[in-house]
Amino acid sequence: MLAKRIVVEREPVRVGDGGAVIEVKDLAVRYGKKYAIKDINLKFERSQITAIIGPSGCGKSTLLRCLNRMNDLIPDAKVEGKVYYRGIDIYDHTVDPVAVRTVIGMVFQRPNPFPMSIFDNVAFGLRVNGMKLNKTQMQEKVKDALIKAALWDEVKDRLDAPAYSLSGGQQQRLCIARALAVDPDVILLDEPTVSLDPISTAKIEQLLRQICYDYTIIIVTHNMQQAARVSDYTAVMMPDEQMIGRLIEYGPTKEIFTNPRDKRTEDYISGRIG
Amino acid sequence: MLLSASSLSFIAIVVIIGTLVIESSIFFGHVSFIEFITGTEWTVLFEPKKFGVQPLVVATAITSLIALTVAIPVGLATAIYLSEYAGPTVRRIVKSTIELLAGIPTVVYGYFALYFISPNLLMPLIEGLGVHSALAVGLTIGVLIIPIVASLSEDAMYSVPEDFRLAAYSLGARKMDVVFKVVLPAALSGIFASIILAFTRAMGETMIAAIAGGFRVFYSFDPREAMQTMTSFIAQVATGDAPHGTVEYQSIFAVGLLLFFVTMVFNVIALLIVRRWQIRY
Repeated sequence: MLAKRIVVEREPVRVGDGGAVIEVKDLAVRYGKKYAIKDINLKFERSQITAIIGPSGCGKSTLLRCLNRMNDLIPDAKVEGKVYYRGIDIYDHTVDPVAVRTVIGMVFQRPNPFPMSIFDNVAFGLRVNGMKLNKTQMQEKVKDALIKAALWDEVKDRLDAPAYSLSGGQQQRLCIARALAVDPDVILLDEPTVSLDPISTAKIEQLLRQICYDYTIIIVTHNMQQAARVSDYTAVMMPDEQMIGRLIEYGPTKEIFTNPRDKRTEDYISGRIG
Repeated sequence: MLLSASSLSFIAIVVIIGTLVIESSIFFGHVSFIEFITGTEWTVLFEPKKFGVQPLVVATAITSLIALTVAIPVGLATAIYLSEYAGPTVRRIVKSTIELLAGIPTVVYGYFALYFISPNLLMPLIEGLGVHSALAVGLTIGVLIIPIVASLSEDAMYSVPEDFRLAAYSLGARKMDVVFKVVLPAALSGIFASIILAFTRAMGETMIAAIAGGFRVFYSFDPREAMQTMTSFIAQVATGDAPHGTVEYQSIFAVGLLLFFVTMVFNVIALLIVRRWQIRY
């Protein structure tokens, strides 16, 4: 219970952090004996969108799942190193992974709304987190989340309709609304537009730009144009000779795309590799 | 070759329904349909003959419902445990054990009910309970149909996409919430189908009812009583208690037709509900 309280409270950013909400130190993940990623050191800035790019199999998603302890759910995955959320080591044994996930939400590759109504999908997180809300408060929260996710106008007349009656793009925005409803601090998106058409993709990118002042957003993508369009910072990952994912470059998106320091980054963003 | 093989089951069902209908129509030439359905006395094998099927129907309903009250909680709990909590090794072992349970001949269950459950478990505990009772039959059928509920429900839950579980965890759900608020509702149509299937199986179960239920036809709603179910009556007459061509011989076809009809209605209802509730992932 104590752990939960410590994590949920939004502590002011500590001076030494330089504005970082999440700090990753010497992070490595292995599945059995095989390392998927190794030696990752990164700071994710507050109220900024950070894109993690790189070719398939470079460990982008593995890194992302470390940030809210979703790797705990993968039987063989072993996380080494440290991940600090506002100065708290989220892998410390006193920290409840469930509490971590309530402050660091996640949106997945394929839209995965629950087989319930639109309303119940958004309300799910509020309900399982044991928030005592009356009906009106609940409706308000759901409405707020849907407005933030730019979906309210499209669904306000059919909140009781099944989530699967929505289009793919709407479903993905519903998943974003569902994540926003529990009022997280950080939102992780794992290739959120990979299964969507260009118009739906544009809507989601626009939505991310709108909400980035209130949240710290980390998005994994293998679409470099997307990273260039939406992100403030970009981290480039690349597998080494042993197919272990490494962070090869990190910095403001503009610099990465106009003046990459690493030759591999240049090759990758110009389309020569990956 | 394949066509003839696949049409065999179709031919079989046509012949069975045909026989049931033709033989029953001879029966209904002697006994009015109204008397058959509404009558509360079934004294086919002795004088004065009365053909009210209600006691048999009630006995079947009571034993089947008792069976369900055993099989639903135990079967569902097993399914939830196997699908969501058990490790792969435990899952494999328990699943094959359950399937073994399904392979026990029902005649063994019948004797088990008569010589173990009744005298050792039920009679010391419940007053007024004889060796033959609807309760013993129902409980034993309940054990018999646990594998149906457990195995089919487990399949339904296990096939709920991992995406849903991950989404729930990412929203701060605990295991309990994931299981009961996401997986179970998503698997509901499959679970429901398993229950209906188990119910129709319970209604059709013969050996246990014949051995542990007794052959006394008694119109009662008291599960402590010995009761003859529809199936055990058919078994009794068909194994030689009534000469061919007599009205009591014909009566088993009428009872069989009724049982067939009821079972079919339940299956159709199940199908409709499952289709309606079916969730397209």
